[in-house]
Amino acid sequence: MIGFSVNGKRVDLDVDPSTPLLWVIREQLGLTGTKYGCGMAQCGACTVHIDGEAVRSCVAPVSRATGKAVTTIEGLSPNLSHPLQRAWIEEDVPQCGYCQSGQLMSAAVLLREKPTPTDEDIDQAMTGNICRCGTYPRIRRAIHRAAEMVAKEGAR
Amino acid sequence: MERREFIKLSVSASGGLLLGFYLPGVSKLASAQPSANVFTPNAFVRIGTDERVTVIVNHSEMGQGVYTSLPMLLAEELDADWTKVGFEPAPVDPKYNHPAFGMQMTGGSSSVWSGLEQFRQAGAAARAMLTAAAAQQWNVDTTACRTESGAVFDGSNRKLTYGQLVDAAAKQTPPGHVQLKDPKTFKLIGKPIKRLDTPEKLDGKAVFGIDVKLPGMVTAVIARPPIFGATMKSFDDSRARSMPGVRKIVAVPSGVAVIADSFWQAKMARDTLRVDWDEGSMRDFNTSQMMADFRERAKSPGKTVRNEGDAAAALANATRKIEAVYEVPYLSHLMMEPLNCTVDLRPDSCEIWTGSQFQTVDRANAAKIAGLPNEKVQLHTTLLGGGFGRRANPQSDFVVEAVHVAKAAGAPVKVIWTREDDMAGGWYRPAFLHAIEGGVDAAGNPVSWRSRLVGQSIMAGTPFEGMMMKGKEYDPASVEGVDDLPYAIPNLAVESHRADINVPVQWLRSVGHSHTAFATECFVDELAGLAGKDPYQFRRGLLMKQPRHLGVLDLAAQKAGWDQPLPKGMGRGIAVHFAFGSYSAHVAEVSVTDGKVRVHRLVCAIDCGQYVNPGIIAAQTEGGAIFGASAALFQELTFESGRLQQTNFHTFPVMRINECPEIQTHIVENNEKSGGIGEPGVPCAAPAIANAVFAVTGKRIRRLPIRLTEAV
Repeated sequence: MIGFSVNGKRVDLDVDPSTPLLWVIREQLGLTGTKYGCGMAQCGACTVHIDGEAVRSCVAPVSRATGKAVTTIEGLSPNLSHPLQRAWIEEDVPQCGYCQSGQLMSAAVLLREKPTPTDEDIDQAMTGNICRCGTYPRIRRAIHRAAEMVAKEGAR
Repeated sequence: MERREFIKLSVSASGGLLLGFYLPGVSKLASAQPSANVFTPNAFVRIGTDERVTVIVNHSEMGQGVYTSLPMLLAEELDADWTKVGFEPAPVDPKYNHPAFGMQMTGGSSSVWSGLEQFRQAGAAARAMLTAAAAQQWNVDTTACRTESGAVFDGSNRKLTYGQLVDAAAKQTPPGHVQLKDPKTFKLIGKPIKRLDTPEKLDGKAVFGIDVKLPGMVTAVIARPPIFGATMKSFDDSRARSMPGVRKIVAVPSGVAVIADSFWQAKMARDTLRVDWDEGSMRDFNTSQMMADFRERAKSPGKTVRNEGDAAAALANATRKIEAVYEVPYLSHLMMEPLNCTVDLRPDSCEIWTGSQFQTVDRANAAKIAGLPNEKVQLHTTLLGGGFGRRANPQSDFVVEAVHVAKAAGAPVKVIWTREDDMAGGWYRPAFLHAIEGGVDAAGNPVSWRSRLVGQSIMAGTPFEGMMMKGKEYDPASVEGVDDLPYAIPNLAVESHRADINVPVQWLRSVGHSHTAFATECFVDELAGLAGKDPYQFRRGLLMKQPRHLGVLDLAAQKAGWDQPLPKGMGRGIAVHFAFGSYSAHVAEVSVTDGKVRVHRLVCAIDCGQYVNPGIIAAQTEGGAIFGASAALFQELTFESGRLQQTNFHTFPVMRINECPEIQTHIVENNEKSGGIGEPGVPCAAPAIANAVFAVTGKRIRRLPIRLTEAV
């Protein structure tokens, strides 16, 4: 049995502890917003948070989550209210959309740690997330816009 | 082992985890909905008493925005309340065929221009029926009524909403051809309306093919041949058989399928299989030898594509001449969502869920394998996590294979390709060699151009072969973009050699233009160098009779500040190209440090005629430029001893955000016929960057991806 919390709910799973967290989230827990892209931490589509840190769940064994708090895209906000989600809508960021869960989860850690990120900060935090459609210019704008929102509305 | 035994969850049923089955498309659930209280004036729209307007979209959403731009067309003529407009993928049916291509499909940057009349007519017809229903209730003439934001009004401002008119409108006779709006009155068309599919892509709700879940579903991963054309002799599954979750291991025509309770179990078991392959005739294939063969082939004349004047004689008499041989590699589409397909095969029916760009073809191919008539096969189009042409496969490779697996599975099954499977699976952009000879006279005017291309045909053997190759000895998709070279050069020849190689090739975003623009726009720069002229001004002089080429060229040059100096160590390059009905020009600004090219800025001009959504035009132009720049800077598939050498993003890189230039897009405003937008942004990126590298280094780039060590 491996126990951890997912988006605030406790789960206990009888699962091979070496199974990548990604596939446990997608198949056992049915949360398919977290995506498979490469299986080797190259593309970032599978990014989730474990105790607030961005983790590539395709290479993280589920055992790594034991006793910890996992947040997936489904848990980023209850109603698209996260500043990043609102900024993503304002900037009309997604094209195919497949990578965007991972982009948002990486950006959320960046924004928490650096509330007014520079372009260099964005480069550093987001380099691990590939977008084949080429939404990077809009991702960059949306992160800056979200930072402005947070500054205007006060700390969340 | 039963799935229930394998996982034990201490989650309450209301916990929101492990709940529900995701069945996008016109699913069993949807078809069970009552048809009452809905007005369905035609195949493209449904209006409910709840005021919801659902637009049925016959093109696949793969990022290019059709779930927004096509509903905009319909909603415009319907005078719908945009906040009530939604979308739904169309089922497979001839009434959803592409008006120009005669089958249900998405490709060729054609969804909007081909849907213009169709979707506007559908909206206008619905509006006419709603208006007639209201007029009848009020006992007034329809000419006394007007429509606005989802309601009909009469002269005294009485109002009936579309939802209130659902029943009455359903009793009206659908009109024939309806008068469409004067573009001056458009409220939606031409505006940067935000995409309808954005919210669901930000909270995990969007359902791509890989997300489909069915009751009792199992997952399959397949061991496919390591070499194209290899066939299986035997396989040893002794380890795999006893691995947890594994249900069945079966030979299918494409390899050996491992069917298990979950993906990871199937994948782990698949990786333990020992398959003995008959490697076949491609066992010694390698791409460096192939390119050497191509170079040899280019020394002799090919099939004539275009021949004006006497290119050979003019070249002999030219004051200065130059020859350049351009080479581009095989490329993978590399959609972020690897290929997958879910099939529920029953004795008398077959349901398929997948991100398809080729519904008519996929359904027919699936029906053949299932042994069912077409009507018994339902194909549900999910969202596509990228397509770029790969999901329009002439043989429906990933669909047909899944039906084969379903026959053995005895349960609904999802076949998932790993990234490595996807990359090794073939159907690449073909490698090409393009040899060009040209010359200028004493005044620096080009007098001769001869292009010779060598590469595989894409269209041969596809449903488009008849339409595309009728009466031609060459594949137009091999030479598109050079067969209509726009420059005023009096002696011009284009020749094509078809190479027959057993590597499956297919259309990849911008198809032939993805390589012809690189060769032609780099060679124009070489001619400009020969003439001692500025590359932009040199092009202008040769495009005087091509106003739309000139328009985008001037716009890009002006917005980029072509005449303004750049900091030391930086250079500019320019390129212009016509593809898929639209004109595009890019100016690239690059620097080169330690042999590494960095693109700092791309200024793009696009003329796609009358457009529907400028926000989407800009997004596609940006995305196209990045797609083209990725190929130019990083991407190459190579084969050694028949085996693909690249496996994943680390060996076939995609541009990342830290490498992405600033991109500025400028849209030409005019009233020309609408062109495409999904692909035209791609072709100019490579030549603009390559020409900018020359501006910095004085070295010519003649091979992609760009490597300074190979520059001449």
